[in-house]
Amino acid sequence: MAAAVTRFFLRGAGSKVPNTGVSTRGHSSFGATLLKLSPSCNVRTKTQRRHAAHFTFQPDPVPTQYGPTQKMNLFQSITSALDNTLANDPTAVIFGEDVAFGGVFRCTVGLRDKYGKDRVFNTPLCEQGIVGFGIGVAVAGATAVAEIQFADYIFPAFDQIVNEAAKYRYRSGNLFDCGGLTIRAPWGCVGHGSLYHSQSPEAFFAHCPGVKIVIPRSPVQAKGLLLSCIADKNPCIFFEPKILYRAAVEQVPVEPYTIPLSQAEILQEGSDVTLVAWGTQVHVMREVANMAQEKLGVSCEVIDLQTILPWDTETVCKSVVKTGRLLISHEAPVTGGFAAEISSTVQEECFLNLEAPISRVCGYDTPFPHIFEPFYIPDKWKCFDAIKRMINY
Amino acid sequence: MDRQGNIINPSEDPKLSKETVLNFYQKMTLLNTMDRILYESQRQGRISFYMTNYGEEGTHIGSAAALDPSDLVFGQYREAGVLMYRGFPLDLFMAQCYASTDDLGKGRQMPVHYGSKDLNFVTISSPLATQLPQAAGAAYAIKRENMNRVVICYFGEGAASEGDAHAGFNFSATLECPLIFFCRNNGYAISTPTNEQYRGDGIAARGPGYGMLSIRVDGNDVFAVYNATKEARRRAVAENQPFLIEAMTYRIGHHSTSDDSSAYRSVDEVNYWDKQDHPISRLRHYMLAHSWWSEDDERSWRKQSRKMVMEAFEKAEKRLKPSPELLFTDVYQELSPSLNKQRESMWRHLQQYKEHYQLDLYDK
Ligand SMILES: Cc1ncc(C[n+]2csc(CCOP(=O)(O)OP(=O)(O)O)c2C)c(N)n1
Ligand SMILES: [Mg+2]
Repeated sequence: MAAAVTRFFLRGAGSKVPNTGVSTRGHSSFGATLLKLSPSCNVRTKTQRRHAAHFTFQPDPVPTQYGPTQKMNLFQSITSALDNTLANDPTAVIFGEDVAFGGVFRCTVGLRDKYGKDRVFNTPLCEQGIVGFGIGVAVAGATAVAEIQFADYIFPAFDQIVNEAAKYRYRSGNLFDCGGLTIRAPWGCVGHGSLYHSQSPEAFFAHCPGVKIVIPRSPVQAKGLLLSCIADKNPCIFFEPKILYRAAVEQVPVEPYTIPLSQAEILQEGSDVTLVAWGTQVHVMREVANMAQEKLGVSCEVIDLQTILPWDTETVCKSVVKTGRLLISHEAPVTGGFAAEISSTVQEECFLNLEAPISRVCGYDTPFPHIFEPFYIPDKWKCFDAIKRMINY
Repeated sequence: MDRQGNIINPSEDPKLSKETVLNFYQKMTLLNTMDRILYESQRQGRISFYMTNYGEEGTHIGSAAALDPSDLVFGQYREAGVLMYRGFPLDLFMAQCYASTDDLGKGRQMPVHYGSKDLNFVTISSPLATQLPQAAGAAYAIKRENMNRVVICYFGEGAASEGDAHAGFNFSATLECPLIFFCRNNGYAISTPTNEQYRGDGIAARGPGYGMLSIRVDGNDVFAVYNATKEARRRAVAENQPFLIEAMTYRIGHHSTSDDSSAYRSVDEVNYWDKQDHPISRLRHYMLAHSWWSEDDERSWRKQSRKMVMEAFEKAEKRLKPSPELLFTDVYQELSPSLNKQRESMWRHLQQYKEHYQLDLYDK
C-alpha cells in the first residue's frame, strides 16, 4: 500500500503546475499542489484506520407538544435556541472567539447577519475577558450568552466563574446578580482530540455553589435545556457534547420551549441495575442496557442526569431503591469526578437497598491521551463488564 | 529586501554566505513540502489533524538562524520551521504526526505538538499564551546560570490578547529576563482579523508600556527577521532584558485542517500574499540575482526534498502505535499505587475483550 501511495505522490509531482519555474514571480507552490492524491489510493493500511464512533446516537420520539418541528443536528438546534433568544429578548447579546462568522462549530451561523453585529460579535482571544464581560452584561440587567471555544479552554476564566459569577448574588446580599449569564462550551471526546480538545471539566465547577451546570444528550434536549439556562436567574454553564454536533439528528421544535433544570430523565425503566450518565455517555448506556438484556437477561433503568448542579438526587435515589444497583459513567477521570458525588449521596440515602457496591466506569486518572483514546474511554464493554460484576457480586 | 529580492538598504545586508543562504532556502522549502504532504495526508484521513506554516517560513528560519542552538525555545504551534532549522529530522516530525512508537511525545498529543529536549525546544501545548510567563521564568533561571543563553518565546497576535501574555510581558520586564518575545502577526486568529483583536498599534507598540524594547519587522523578509532577532538576542544577553519582536506576515493556509478560511476571507486576499509577497520567492529572487541558484538546482532540489519527505512519511505510516502501557506513565514521575491498579484493570479488560480493540496496531 505504501508503495502505491508513493507512486501517486510522485505522479502528482510530475504534473506541471503554474508558477513552479524558478523564474516565475509567484511562489505559490513549492512542492506543490502536486500532492493531490487520487481517491483510489485512499485505500488504507491497517495502521491508518480511524476508530469507529464509540456510541450509537439514539434519537428520541418526535416531540409533539411544542408545535412544528424541523430536522436539525445538535449544532443547528443550538443555533435555533440562540435565534429564538435574540428574537424575543432585545437585551440579549452573543459573543466569544470566532462567534461572528458562525463559530468554529457553526453554532452561530447566520445570527450576526440576522440580528446585527452589536448583538453577535467576536471578542479578543481571552477567556477570562469573555466571562468577565458576560458577568458585567448580566449585572447591568441584560442577557449574555458567552461562548468558550472548547471546554478545555475555560480555565483562564476559572476565577471569573468560581469567585465572581458563582458568588455575585450571595456576597451582595442579593443586591446584584449575574443570573443573565449563560456560558456555552463544546465538551467531551471526539475520537482524536487528545489532551486539550476532549475534556469533560464539569466536576471542577460542581464544587462551586452558585453556578448551574447542564449537559444535553440530543438536539431536542439541547435546545430546551439551553433556553432554560438562558431564562434561569442564575449563571449557568452549558456543556455541549461536540461529537454530537453533526452526529445527532432529530426533529426539533422550531418555536422556543424549555425543559426544566435539575430534573433527571428516566429514558428506560428497568428493575435490576440503574445506569446514570449525561451527554454522549447516555447513548453508550442505552446500548449497554440492550446488551445487558440480551446477553445477561438483566433489566437496566437508564437515567440521563442532564443537570449536574444542582442535581436531581430524588430521581436517582428512587431508582436505586428499586434496582439495588447503580453504575455511573463519565469520560472524565474517576478520582474526584462527579460520579464520586453521586455515589456518595446514594450510599448515604440508599445504603440498605444496595445489593452490590456502586460502580463507577470512568476515564482513568491520566490526562486525556491521543492515540490511546480507545483504551481510555469508558466504552460499552467496560460498562457491560461492570454490570456483570455487579450482578454476580 | 524588497519583493524582488533586492537589498533596499546596503547597510542592513546581513551579508550571509552563500552556504548559509542556501540552507535558509532549503529549510524554508523543505518545511513547505512537508506541510503540503502532511496537509494532504490529513485530508485523506491518514493523520487526524494538521496545521500548515504557509507564508510564515521566513519568520521561522530568520529567527532560528539568529539564535544559538543552546537557546531555549517556547513555541505556540506554528513554528515547525524553527525546529527544522535546528535539525529535527523528518522522521521525528512524521512520527509525532502519526503518533507512532517513534514519537518522542509517546503518542499522547495531537499532531504538530512537537518537542525536543536535545534541540532545546519545549513541547508544544495547545492552551494559548501559557508559554509566555513560563518563558519569563525560564529566562530568569537561565540568567542566574550566567551562560550567555536566552529564551525565545513565539506566539500569535491572537494569543497576545490572553491574560497570560500580559503576565509574561510584565514579569519579564520587571524581573529583567533575557527573553525574546517573538510575535508572529499573521493577520488572523482563526477567523478573527486583527482589527477585532486590538485597536492599538499592533503588538510591538505594547512594549514601551511594559518598559520593554520592541521592534516591528517585515516577517516575509527572512534577512530582516534575522537582523532583528540577532540584535534582540545581543541586547537581551548583554542587558538582561526582554525584547519584543513583532513580525508582520500572513497566514496563507487555513488555520488548521479543521478550518475553511473561505468563510471569512477572500481568495483574492490569500492569492495576493501567496503570489506577490511570499518569503520563499523573495529569497529565491535574491539567490537568483546572485547566481547562487538555477532552474536546474530548483528542479533537482524539489525532487530530492519531496523524496526525502515521502520516505519519512511512508516509514512513519508503517510503524506501530506506542504501547498502551504508556497511557499511564509520566502522569507523575512515579506510577502511583492507585494508577497502577487502573493500569492492571485495563490490561485485564483488554485481555478479556480483546476482539473489540485493535491491539495489533499497538506495540506490546
Ligand atoms: C486558551 C485557548 N483559547 C482558545 C484556543 C483555541 N484556538 C486555537 S488557535 C486559536 C487562534 C490563535 O491565533 P494566533 O495566536 O493569532 O495564532 P495563529 O493561529 O494565527 O498562528 C484559537 C482561538 C486555544 N488553543 N487556547
Ligand atoms: Mg495569528
